[in-house]
Amino acid sequence: MSEALLEVNHLKKYFPVTEGLLNRTVGQVKAVDDISLTLQPGETFGLVGESGSGKSTVGRTILRLTEKTAGEVKFKGQDIHSLSSVELRLLRPQMQLIFQDPYSALNPRVRVGDAIGEALLDHGLCSRHEVRELVLESLDACGLSAYHIDRFPHEFSGGQRQRIGIARALILNPDLIIADEPVSALDVSIQAQIINLFSKLQRSKGMAYLFISHDLSVVEHLCSRIGVMYLGSMVETASRDELFHSPLHPYTKALLSAVPVPIPRLKRERIVLKGDIPSPANPPSGCKFHTRCPFAVEVCKAQTPVFRDAGGGHFVACHLV
Amino acid sequence: MEANSRMTGLHESRVQRQKSSLFRQSLKRLMKNKLAVAGFGVVVCMFVLCFIGPFFSPYTDNKINMTLMNKAPNLQHLLGTDALGRDILTRVMQAGRISLTVGLASMLLSVFIGALLGAIAGYYRGIADQVIMRIADLLMTIPSLPLLFIFGALLSEWKVRADYRMYIVMLMLSIVNWPGLARMVRGQMLSLREREFMQAAVVLGLRDSRKLFHHLLPNVVPLLIVMATLNIGGAILSESVLSFFGLGVMPPTPTWGNMIDAANNMIDFQDHPWLWIPPGLSIFATVIAINIFGDGLRDVLDPKQKR
Repeated sequence: MSEALLEVNHLKKYFPVTEGLLNRTVGQVKAVDDISLTLQPGETFGLVGESGSGKSTVGRTILRLTEKTAGEVKFKGQDIHSLSSVELRLLRPQMQLIFQDPYSALNPRVRVGDAIGEALLDHGLCSRHEVRELVLESLDACGLSAYHIDRFPHEFSGGQRQRIGIARALILNPDLIIADEPVSALDVSIQAQIINLFSKLQRSKGMAYLFISHDLSVVEHLCSRIGVMYLGSMVETASRDELFHSPLHPYTKALLSAVPVPIPRLKRERIVLKGDIPSPANPPSGCKFHTRCPFAVEVCKAQTPVFRDAGGGHFVACHLV
Repeated sequence: MEANSRMTGLHESRVQRQKSSLFRQSLKRLMKNKLAVAGFGVVVCMFVLCFIGPFFSPYTDNKINMTLMNKAPNLQHLLGTDALGRDILTRVMQAGRISLTVGLASMLLSVFIGALLGAIAGYYRGIADQVIMRIADLLMTIPSLPLLFIFGALLSEWKVRADYRMYIVMLMLSIVNWPGLARMVRGQMLSLREREFMQAAVVLGLRDSRKLFHHLLPNVVPLLIVMATLNIGGAILSESVLSFFGLGVMPPTPTWGNMIDAANNMIDFQDHPWLWIPPGLSIFATVIAINIFGDGLRDVLDPKQKR
């Protein structure tokens, strides 16, 4: 196995809950609780889970937009959380983030061309008269026109703005793009365009994606490996075909049974989970899923299941598998 | 081929149009506000009158002529003459130069100090924020007028040369005015730095200076323009108050404030109203016009903030 592009080991991110005048810490929200994953160059890893499972926090902690609590993030062998701010700044162009909300991710007072080209100039990656050419190239690759270059973000639709966000990341030729629910704020027809854009760009540029989503069909279309998160922890990681055809964890099974299929008369077994996702400030003991798991037994309440290989790189954290 | 070049021509003009779109939209909306346009007109007239007017006057502002003491308005002296026989109209225009310059310059200086310190405090937070904002708080707790009086009295005590006093008055007014601006810029910075596009700037690895001057400050500029405009009016008023009390710019240099000083004298107040009404009206008209224009600007540039 070649050297991994991104290696995340036992990453934890706890947010303190403070109270009172003196900001006493009264508890911790375990947004990310012991996540490990590896990403090979050019690979697409999908991270799925319901709202509040900590997917976005994983992405942000990997890029050190928030400081970690424990664990290790290695990008090309360098520990991102121990770099100095100057070293980190120089490494930034190689790993980019696409934001969920294309409306707030662009500065309303910066022209599109400047927004896309400024990082190149700021890092001295090209000269002042080359930049326009490169911006036009990047706009073109993302399906935007040359005359868009001098416009302001408010003149664009949501789908176009997401393209601008992608063009802004793309122009730096990153090796890793973390896409934080890039299509969930868009309507369905635009979602398809943006997803196709993602796969087209990967074919031509060969960067790796960490694709965060709550939409299983999107992830199935795009990703070669998929990790399922529940309440800050990874419950199952497998290749796409493995996960969709033989899911092992009851939570994954429940999620898959909820994906709508375009065959109206198809009768299938639907696993309905009871209740809501518990609070990450006070997660259940043992297996975090036992409160909602239809197959839970005594051992699930007492012991935390180990995240282990169930054969052929299919990892799962469940006592019953 | 020709069609092609025409197409690119179309594109070019479109690009030109787009380039000014944000500014033009604002201008269009401002033009709809008749009151604000009128206010702007008055301010422009005032500037033209004060800076160009004296060249057409047959009199100089400091020419003393004892034979023409306290003459009521007549055809030779449209607004009359003062106790030293000087033409009031010429002096009002000359005074306007000083008053408007002091107002404008002190505004520029306080906006510069306020925006810079506010931006640093809001962006870096921590110790810089604490130090800057505590100094600002300190200056704001002292009412500005007594503070200006103390400064003014000190200047008189130290016998500062009369022609330097104008510059020192500018400085004094900026010292009193910057804390309010700094506080506001800081507040804006604090909210802007949490916005998602600033996270995008972090991910892109932009330098601090670029984040500050290309991303944060441009978002504060509309607010700053509005505050600066309203600030000019306040500065003109403060300067007049100081000069009226003899603590600002000293005669013989005329300012609107020290010309109204004539009203201090009961006889002049009752019998020679042409001594103090013209400078008084000038202050009144200018400050009101600036404030109306500033309010109009605020409605256009910063619609969320209503007084």
